[in-house]
Amino acid sequence: MTYFADVGALARKDLLLELRARDTLPAMLLFVVATFVVFHFSLPAHSSQLASSGLLWVAIIFTALLGLGRAFVPEREQRVLDGLVLAPCDRSAIWLAKSIATLAFLGAAELVALPVFALFFHGLSGATVAGVVLADVGICAVGTFLGAMAVATRARDLLLPLLFLPLAIPIVVGGVGASVVGSPGRYLAFLALYDVLFGLLCWATFEYVVTE
Amino acid sequence: MRVVARLYRVPLPTLAIASLVLMTVALTLVFYVAPNDANQGFSQRIFYFHVSIAFTAYACFAAGAWKALLHLWKRDPRADLESYVAVHQGVIFGTLVLLTGSIWAKISWGHWWLWGEDELVLFLVLFLFYCAYFMLRFSVDLGPQRANLSAVYALFGVVLIPVSFLAIRIAKSFVHPEVFTLHGPNFGGWILVTYCVAQAALLLFAHTLYRVELAGKRLDARLRELRLA
Repeated sequence: MTYFADVGALARKDLLLELRARDTLPAMLLFVVATFVVFHFSLPAHSSQLASSGLLWVAIIFTALLGLGRAFVPEREQRVLDGLVLAPCDRSAIWLAKSIATLAFLGAAELVALPVFALFFHGLSGATVAGVVLADVGICAVGTFLGAMAVATRARDLLLPLLFLPLAIPIVVGGVGASVVGSPGRYLAFLALYDVLFGLLCWATFEYVVTE
Repeated sequence: MRVVARLYRVPLPTLAIASLVLMTVALTLVFYVAPNDANQGFSQRIFYFHVSIAFTAYACFAAGAWKALLHLWKRDPRADLESYVAVHQGVIFGTLVLLTGSIWAKISWGHWWLWGEDELVLFLVLFLFYCAYFMLRFSVDLGPQRANLSAVYALFGVVLIPVSFLAIRIAKSFVHPEVFTLHGPNFGGWILVTYCVAQAALLLFAHTLYRVELAGKRLDARLRELRLA
C-alpha cells in the first residue's frame, strides 16, 4: 500500500507544480489547436473524411511529444531526480507517478482538442474516443520512460522524438484503425495489448534507467 | 546455447575460412543448382539471400537483447559490448534486407518500395528504432549508465518486433489490402536445400563478423585503459 501512497504523493507533486507554474498544459493546448489549423490548410478541398481522421492521430502524437519533452525538465533543472532515487521508495513508483501526471496533462489537452477537432472537421465516433483513451495510456507509459532516458543523455530534447516515434507507430496503427474501420474491436484490443506489454516492460526496467 | 558456446571456442581464422567455403557453396547452389521459379524466373533467386539475411538480422537483434538481459540480470561485465556489437550487426543486415527487398520489388513489381510488403515495412521501422539506439548510446558518456540505457533500449526492441509485425499486419486492411506470400505450393527439393545452405552460410558469416568486430572493440577498450593507466 505504501507503494501507491508513494505514487500518489509523487503524482500530486507534479500536478501541483503544473497548477502553480502553468508551463506545459497551455503550450500543449495552443500547439494542438495550431496543428489543426495547419492540417486544415494542408488538406486540399474535397479530401475524404478519412484523411482528417488520420491526421488527428498525428496531432495527438506530436502534442504528447511536446508534453513528454517537458516531463523531466523540473527534475533536471533542480536536480530532483538524485533526491528521488535516494528516497526509500521503489524506483518504478517514480515512473508510474510521472506517467499518471503526463496522462492527466494529455487528457486535459484532449478534452479541449477533441471537441475542437469535431468543430473544425467532422464528428468523432465512440470508437475513436475509446481509441484515444487506450492510446494515451501507452503514449504516456512509453513516452515518460523514454523521457527519463533522454534527460540522462547529452542530446536531451533532441533524442526523445527519435526514440519515441518508432515505438509510437503501433499506437498510430491501432488508433487510426479504430477511427476509420467499421468494426474497431481488434484495433482497440491491439491498443490494450500494447499498453499491457510496454507498461509491464517499463515498470520492470525503469530502475536501470535512473540508477547505475 | 551449447552450439553457440562451442562456436566461441573456434579460432577466428578457422571461422572465417569456414564461412567463406559455406558462402561459396551457397552461391553455387543459388546460381547453378536451384531451379528457376515458374512465375518470377531468374530474379526470384534473390529470395535465398533476402529471406536468409532477414532471419540473420532477427537473430542478431535477439542476441543483442539476450546479452542486454545478461547485463541487467547477471551484471556480466562483457555483456554490454557484446550486446552493442550484436545490434550493430543486426542493423547492417537489416539495411541489406531493405536493399535486397527493394531490388526484388523493383524487378517483380516495378517499384523500389512497396508498403504491401510486411517484411520491408517492418525492417524500416526496426531500422529507425535501432538507429535511435546508436544515437542514445553515443550521447551518454562511457560508463555504467551508458550500458544500462543501451541494454534497456535493446530489450524494448525484442518486444517491438512482434508488436510492430502485428501492427503492420492489421494495418493492411486499411492501408494496403493486398496479400502476397513467399511460400508457394512447391517449396521443397533443391529450393529447400539451397535456402538452408544459404541460411547457414549467412548465420556463420554474421557470427564471424560479430567476432571480428568484438575483438577489435575489445582491443580498443584495452588500449584506452592502458593509455589512462
